[in-house]
Amino acid sequence: MTTITTTDLEFKLELYRCQVALRQFEQRAYDLFLENYVKGTSHLSIGQEAIAAGFAAAMKPTDWTFATYRGHAHTLARGVAMTPVFAELMGRTNGLMAGKGGSMHLTSVEHGVMGSYAIIGAHLPIACGAAWSAQYRGTDQVAVCFFGDGSVNIGAFHEALNLAAVWKLPVVFVCENNLWMEYTRTSEVTAVANPAADRASAYGLEGIIVDGNDVDAVFAVATTAMARARAGEGPSLIEAKTYRHGGHSRADPGKYRPDEEVAEWLAKDPIPMYHARLLFEGASEDRLVEIQQDVAREVEEATEAAKNGPIPGAELLMKDVWADGGSQWRN
Amino acid sequence: MAQLTFREAIARGIAQEMRRDESVVFLGEDIGAAGGVFKGTVGLFEEFGGRRVRDTPIAEQAILGAAMGAAMTGLRPIAEIMFADFFAVCWDIVVNEIAKSRYMTNGQMTFPLVIRSGNGGGLRFGAQHSQSVENWAMMVPGLKVVVPSNAKDVIGLMAASIRDNDPVIFLEEKALYSSKMDVPDGEIIDTLGSASVLRRGGDATLVALGTMVPRALAAAEDLAATGIECTVVDLRSLVPLDTQTVLAEVAATGRLFTVEENPRLCGWGAELASIVADEAFYDLDGPIVRITTPHIPLPAADALEDMAMPSIERIAATVNASLNS
Repeated sequence: MTTITTTDLEFKLELYRCQVALRQFEQRAYDLFLENYVKGTSHLSIGQEAIAAGFAAAMKPTDWTFATYRGHAHTLARGVAMTPVFAELMGRTNGLMAGKGGSMHLTSVEHGVMGSYAIIGAHLPIACGAAWSAQYRGTDQVAVCFFGDGSVNIGAFHEALNLAAVWKLPVVFVCENNLWMEYTRTSEVTAVANPAADRASAYGLEGIIVDGNDVDAVFAVATTAMARARAGEGPSLIEAKTYRHGGHSRADPGKYRPDEEVAEWLAKDPIPMYHARLLFEGASEDRLVEIQQDVAREVEEATEAAKNGPIPGAELLMKDVWADGGSQWRN
Repeated sequence: MAQLTFREAIARGIAQEMRRDESVVFLGEDIGAAGGVFKGTVGLFEEFGGRRVRDTPIAEQAILGAAMGAAMTGLRPIAEIMFADFFAVCWDIVVNEIAKSRYMTNGQMTFPLVIRSGNGGGLRFGAQHSQSVENWAMMVPGLKVVVPSNAKDVIGLMAASIRDNDPVIFLEEKALYSSKMDVPDGEIIDTLGSASVLRRGGDATLVALGTMVPRALAAAEDLAATGIECTVVDLRSLVPLDTQTVLAEVAATGRLFTVEENPRLCGWGAELASIVADEAFYDLDGPIVRITTPHIPLPAADALEDMAMPSIERIAATVNASLNS
């Protein structure tokens, strides 16, 4: 029955663990909203975990992630612990940014998470800049920039793709196509069937489409794109087909989506699919359940640690507008 | 000592810093082989090559996004937005991304970058190529705003802006590009947030910025001929704002006139007036007077543009009328 090596299986179990962790984190984040521990808004990645897990596994620690406001999964997948992310959502001092950024702006420079951006499309040119910096300094770093299907109709997408192609920048653009641009079906407002991949040829790039719910497929396509970037062969544009199980944000129950469509995609849930594959490839059910339980414990502990974090005080309010740590604008 | 134009000073200031620091890179439209549309970057491409002086497509979001991404990963980029009016098409990157990201990330990121741009009117370019946008930038927390008025200050403030670890909007007054002055040889380095007192007189303090500085000086000369002696302060940067110099010079004369090229509403002079009213009210012997462009888009025709922008005559007449009322 098993056709893969032990090493491969251990690696795949890590991909499984990562997806399970992202799922359980997001489920807990949702519960914390309902309990009013998390204020404001938040955008969950439930259903889209395979993309974050597959790409993070293909990246070196020195590579950079640029994420969107739907960025919890991409942040955690790079190795950021759950506690500071929960705490950031709750506005606590032990948050990733001490509560000053919130759910939509998760950043951990030490993990290569160079920001989560809440203005659609804005971070594509910024990822180009990081890639330019790597190219200029002669490092082998690659910038990986994730965005939704709603980003492909905004100007910054096209400006960034063109610049990346012209300058042959080591950047990988990843469109997480979950079919819905907030509350509107993307196909109703987009001129082409594959919103990202069909645009690739305009920038001299190959149109790459991957099953975004298959972590192995994502890892494979990510590995190829990263290698191309490191070899100085320029950018890639990848469209990963996926689906968010919930609404756009906390405020959205997602009722505009037909039941059949939701059911069809729930049947393609990346985690049960991968679970079945791993069993087929030789993993034991006990091991997979153990992973789920480990993650559940981690979520529990992180939730408590985050809840116990101090509420930020006035000393943080006026801090770090400027590089000198202060906010003074006059003498 | 050599006579230098304002536009030559820009290239000299940038070159001075690019020679001393390999992490300084420069990008923008037509800045390389073409030497800049205002010829402000002549010679940089030849000296530093296309790797460090990079021509870009007409894509302002890409230019500023690239500058931001480069700055957060260790470079010190200088980006050019050709006309300050074009900030409107990339303002998101400036305001939402560059200005806020250090604060939002609790200080994880630093953005040592300079955005240069041709600012202001006087060249008969019409409403979309003549705006004074210093107030747009001034009201955004996280941006420093520098507006030099002469060639020597261009070099020193450019160097200070490049060495500064925060984002600096460096506005070059298009009307001043061909102005000349004697500039010392060798390295020039200045300080952000220090105003210059260019002239002292006991009757009134005129605070001006950019293109309005030489006009305020000329108005002060004309007023002196009629017996009115004015202090003229060149503000030089809006953020950081040298309020100490302004407050001291207002205390010395008892009168404040701001000379602003921007349209009336929410000009920097309004903030200055508020500070002086709060902190130096009892030093004042009369009302604070703002001399500005009316609250209109700038017209193209020379006759109309000259009517709109504060002129030497209007500055002198306003001061004279106010002091004698």
